[in-house]
Amino acid sequence: MAQLKILVVDDEPGIRSGVARILGNFHVTYPFMDEDYTYNILEAATGEEGIEIIDREMPDILLLDNKLPGIQGVEVLEYVRKKNYDIVVAMITSYASIDVAVRAHNDGAIDFIPKPFTPQELKASIEQITKQQYLRRITHKLKVEGKKVRFQFLSVLSHELKAPLNAIEGYLKMMHERQMGDSLDEYASAIERSLQRIDSMRHLIMDLLDFTKVSFERQLEKMQNVSLKELVSMAVVTVSPYAIHKDIHFVTDIKGCETIWADPNDFEIIMNNLVSNAVKYNNTGGTVTITVDCNDNEFLLSVSDTGIGMNADEKTMLFEEFSRIKNDKTRNISGSGLGLSIVRKVVELYHGVIKVESIPDKGSVFTVIIPKLQVTNIKAEL
Amino acid sequence: MSSRIYTVLLADDDPDYLFQVAFYLRKAGYEVVAVESQAEAEQVISKMKPDIAVFDLMMESDDSGFILCYKLKRKYPEVPVILATAVSRETGLTFGLNSGQDREWIRADLYLEKGVRPEQLDLEIKKLLKI
Repeated sequence: MAQLKILVVDDEPGIRSGVARILGNFHVTYPFMDEDYTYNILEAATGEEGIEIIDREMPDILLLDNKLPGIQGVEVLEYVRKKNYDIVVAMITSYASIDVAVRAHNDGAIDFIPKPFTPQELKASIEQITKQQYLRRITHKLKVEGKKVRFQFLSVLSHELKAPLNAIEGYLKMMHERQMGDSLDEYASAIERSLQRIDSMRHLIMDLLDFTKVSFERQLEKMQNVSLKELVSMAVVTVSPYAIHKDIHFVTDIKGCETIWADPNDFEIIMNNLVSNAVKYNNTGGTVTITVDCNDNEFLLSVSDTGIGMNADEKTMLFEEFSRIKNDKTRNISGSGLGLSIVRKVVELYHGVIKVESIPDKGSVFTVIIPKLQVTNIKAEL
Repeated sequence: MSSRIYTVLLADDDPDYLFQVAFYLRKAGYEVVAVESQAEAEQVISKMKPDIAVFDLMMESDDSGFILCYKLKRKYPEVPVILATAVSRETGLTFGLNSGQDREWIRADLYLEKGVRPEQLDLEIKKLLKI
């Protein structure tokens, strides 16, 4: 239950007490709101008194009579606008003066309540105003949060892009100044590390492309029957040069539900990321097992490896952007820290979840669960 | 530099940056204990007393450097600490040790931008060690 403050500025005591009585036990509810709204009524007899209360109490809604003993209602309205207060203003007027209406409207009054009003009229107006105020605030909040998230993403990204450049620059300077002597052999590890950093930077850039490719709304025209079996074999082929190098053995088990209604690009991203991780973080000679299965309600994709695994602490940050597990075992494995965050985003687009179970030095199992109902719904919209 | 060899505890999670800085400091005559994480640095602090420490800010967590500054100062209040980070250059956020309020919660003696030239780092270390 949330409460909004309403300030009634009117020189007629009857109007003020009337508003307080009518709205005292009134509450507004609406499906998109998290909670019901109730009202706390504040009263002022003059514009001057009103301004004082506004500054002190910061009401959410202002019910303003124009004809007041001292300064006029529209002047109070002007004050609120000038101060840029987040208050919705409605005028209560006993007679329709076009002049006042135009002026008030220009100053941002969003509603006019004719005097005398019935309890129903007042309640209807307050309901409208409450919804408007709610939407305005929620939109504002979302905009601010969006900006914050973008800023964080860009600043971390710039850090991730600069770090390899700095490292490579450092090594080049060492070579340039012949800090380790004149023989090229002395610089072998510096060159090797530079090449590794370049490689990981290339990966980051490719992941970023994936990141932008994932349109965060489903595009219906791209939806089609996607063969999970084919996706699995494609992912295996893609990673095979690396897998052969590490002597990794694949086991695939397609138990059922071979096709899914989806954007193929999305499931390529999911599959490729999980399978290439299972190879990357595996031990030489290890096994990667890919299982596709379903029950009445869900598709289940799982990819397991026999690799380095991770502990509970390391698991918590796994799906966050740019988070990478840093330890001795991962030092020479290049990665952008974006792959799994992209996978999670894509899975969530299909209202699915991704889970991980892991034992250090034994391996990890990543399981993606996609509800079938969601897939059917998308299909029905076509 | 005096005949005594000074020990620098150096913590940075970028192995290449760590290698490069350690390389230059060793060349300049310091003994360097180089570690890649806050956890390793804490272990070092529990076992030995360095003459000076240079910490990166963001390692396992965003504030690893601050935590290390705090822990080192609690155990060895007299050991100077340099906090080196790329944070402000890349995010546009600024903080330093200029106000008393900053010094109260960032318990470092000096705050340096990452990517400082090796000779300058050497100079700053000498200043803090008063050598």
